Amino acid sequence: MDRMPKWADVILTPLLSLLLAFAISALVIVAIGESPVEALKVMVEGALGSSYGWGFTLYYATNFIFTGLAVTVAYHAGLFNIGGEGQAAMGGLGVALVLLAVPWPHWALALPAAMVGAAVFGALWALIPAWLQAKRGSHIVITTIMFNFIAAALLNYMLVNVLRPVGSMDPASASFAASTHLPKISDMALAFGITWGKNTPANVSFFVAVIACLLVWLLIWRSRLGFEIRALGKSERGAVYAGISPVKITVIAMLISGGLAGLMAINNVMGEAERLVLNAVEGAGFIGIAVALMGRNHPVGVLLAALLFGFLYQGGGELALWTSVPRELIVVIQALVILFTGALDNMVRIPLERIFAALRRKGKA
Amino acid sequence: MAGQPGAANPSPAIELQGISKAFGPVQANKDINLVVPKGTIHGIIGENGAGKSTLMSILYGFYRPDSGEILIGGQPIAITDSQTAIRAGIGMVFQHFKLVQNFTVLENIILGAEDGGLLRPSLSRARGELKRLANEYELQVDPDALIEDLSVGHQQRVEILKALYRQADILILDEPTGVLTPAEADHLFRILRGLRDEGKTIILITHKLREIMEITDNVSVMRRGEMVASVKTSDTSPAQLAELMVGRKVLLRVEKAPARPGAPVLEVRGLRMVDASGVERLRGIDLDIRAGEVLGIAGVAGNGQTQLLEILGGYPETGAKLEGQIKLKGQPLALAGSDARARRQAGIGHIPEDRQVEGLIMDFAAWENVAFGYHDAPEFQNGMLMNQSAIRADAAAKMQRFDVRPPNPELAAKNFSGGNQQKIVVAREVERNPDLLLIGQPTRGVDIGAIEFIHKRLIELRDAGKAVLLVSVELDEILALSDRIAVMFDGRIMGERLPHEATTADLGCLMAGVDPATTAPEDAIPPAAAHVGTLPGHTG
Repeated sequence: MDRMPKWADVILTPLLSLLLAFAISALVIVAIGESPVEALKVMVEGALGSSYGWGFTLYYATNFIFTGLAVTVAYHAGLFNIGGEGQAAMGGLGVALVLLAVPWPHWALALPAAMVGAAVFGALWALIPAWLQAKRGSHIVITTIMFNFIAAALLNYMLVNVLRPVGSMDPASASFAASTHLPKISDMALAFGITWGKNTPANVSFFVAVIACLLVWLLIWRSRLGFEIRALGKSERGAVYAGISPVKITVIAMLISGGLAGLMAINNVMGEAERLVLNAVEGAGFIGIAVALMGRNHPVGVLLAALLFGFLYQGGGELALWTSVPRELIVVIQALVILFTGALDNMVRIPLERIFAALRRKGKA
Repeated sequence: MAGQPGAANPSPAIELQGISKAFGPVQANKDINLVVPKGTIHGIIGENGAGKSTLMSILYGFYRPDSGEILIGGQPIAITDSQTAIRAGIGMVFQHFKLVQNFTVLENIILGAEDGGLLRPSLSRARGELKRLANEYELQVDPDALIEDLSVGHQQRVEILKALYRQADILILDEPTGVLTPAEADHLFRILRGLRDEGKTIILITHKLREIMEITDNVSVMRRGEMVASVKTSDTSPAQLAELMVGRKVLLRVEKAPARPGAPVLEVRGLRMVDASGVERLRGIDLDIRAGEVLGIAGVAGNGQTQLLEILGGYPETGAKLEGQIKLKGQPLALAGSDARARRQAGIGHIPEDRQVEGLIMDFAAWENVAFGYHDAPEFQNGMLMNQSAIRADAAAKMQRFDVRPPNPELAAKNFSGGNQQKIVVAREVERNPDLLLIGQPTRGVDIGAIEFIHKRLIELRDAGKAVLLVSVELDEILALSDRIAVMFDGRIMGERLPHEATTADLGCLMAGVDPATTAPEDAIPPAAAHVGTLPGHTG
């Protein structure tokens, strides 16, 4: 006996939440003396109005898809992985080590190798918190967030003391060989004779991210492992009764989660910066939490939410560039979106459920 | 004013007129009329989902009725919340006690009824009042004991005291005996009779026909949200009540041929278990179950039955130390390092005590639950993925055979009634045709119609030459199904009886840790022993 139709649950509720968030954002913009209509126009124009804008929006969205999927997989196992930031940073280290160690002749060879490096480093970074949770009961929220700081410190050390080319003043690795540079979407479009988003960072990783969405969907809803992950997430005692080992599934789910977060590095490190720099993740690990929340921990939802946040990121940048709206306001808008779509979900849902119940009663009478 | 006191027909304690309540499309209560005279014990029976709890929740102010009127002592009253109900003299003892575990009895009693900002005056007033109530109604409890140290029976007394302290004239008890030993239940009934004789009105919600017959003056039967009958208890019979509840004739006894036990299937020798906190839960269990027989384990909940089932099912509590031997069809089973999956493969099916926490994943669809635990079976695989169409077809067929209603495999488990949830679990385990079936509380929270069905299936499994280990706190169920009865107390088997020889009193003694064969009859069933008997967990 569902309270309301599925489409209302999946589409209407987040949409209304989003509108509420935007409405309040508009009030804030009015309060600082700017025009919300103008601001919206700048954001939409800047993020979606041109292929150039799209080139950035998709680039950001790619990061958020990976980190959002990471949170999603852990969520289904009943684990709240907020260590995407650190896992993605370590994924960057994996990418850098793979790409700097071997003189790859072609990106098509380098990409799978870099993906393995990224996923393995991200997964290993999630392994210790997972192990501590499964064996010792140390809460994964605490350990993963602590590991974010450890990752930052480790990366700092690696960049300054190990990876920094001799003579360089910049705490960054050497640039990767040109043969490993990933094709940008603009290059790919050009091959078809289309001029699209010149000089934008969106690259082939976006398609890898979309494939990852499909694979995560297969994993969670079609595979035996996914069945066991979801069973554990819903009821640990039920899982034990069924012969599912919580330790094993916790560790495996976190390895996959960390691996997905780490995979983000093929986009930002390999695809965009083409070397490893400090703070390459830029908060995408945390945005992933919001993306997963808003996407209802479903890969399709994650994809859509990642696009939305990509739009907010790019549109926000444009807003700061072209208007006197301060850059901090973008953070406010993002926070409102997270607040309304994630935390205040029931504020919209419960009245909606009432309306649907009333409609149904009327239909019956 | 109608119904003056002292008139020939004094106004009833409670009168409900045309109460209706709907939750969305579900009509939980339909035009309910009920009259409960003052100073009587009134039973309300009905299957799960018949609307008993809704009706009582309306009376206690948790829900507002859509229509209808409530009269307390002849006065119409709008019960908007539980505070109004309490002021109107209604007290409620819930099935799941609402006590603060780490507060004392006294603190629990005054909770929410404190006199002012300072606790001390309330406490001392309550202490005096408690002493009076205890003497008047046989409700002795140590006012300074912590709730967590009390037996279930004593906790229930605290709930009753709480209501009386709030000057309740009308006491509603929801399934009060589900957690009690027979001796504790008898004591409760003495208390209730005492309260009635003092002029209190008692409403007893139960599904146990025997209790209705034993203690109530009048009984009302609910079915599908409607009040189908209200009769004097002395004018009715259990068979008639059961028929009224279900709407058709039901078998109260399970029909079964004598068992024909074959080769031993399960042999347990010297099984000991010390849990992670160092409490010895099992103190040397020896058991044998043969093919084609049902061994029933009776006992008050919390005497090691859960641990026994978990160990046999392959998932002892983490950190527990185990000792002893288990053999299945002559083959030793590993005590440690085993898991439930291995036990299933060895031929042990398990219907766990708590279907909502263990047996089912409530958010999973029925078809996923029918595969749950067997989801790695080869017929359910399709390369790297699960063969969902095979699982769905299998689930639909099993649900059909076990008459699960509605027979919709896509529905989440939580949307089925208790009885149908249990049928899903029973279908899953029984249809795998295990050599040994472990069952804990097979019919807890299951309606009469489904109980009959489940019992029949268990006997069929037995007659097919399988071994069944039945753990139940319902003595009636143990007596009806078992071919042999073992009674557990404090981690030991106190004794074994044959069902046709066993009496309730005899089993009750064993359940309370007293062996009537070795004890002089005059000190059999001391209430204190029954009390101690439920406390093995708190002695360590």
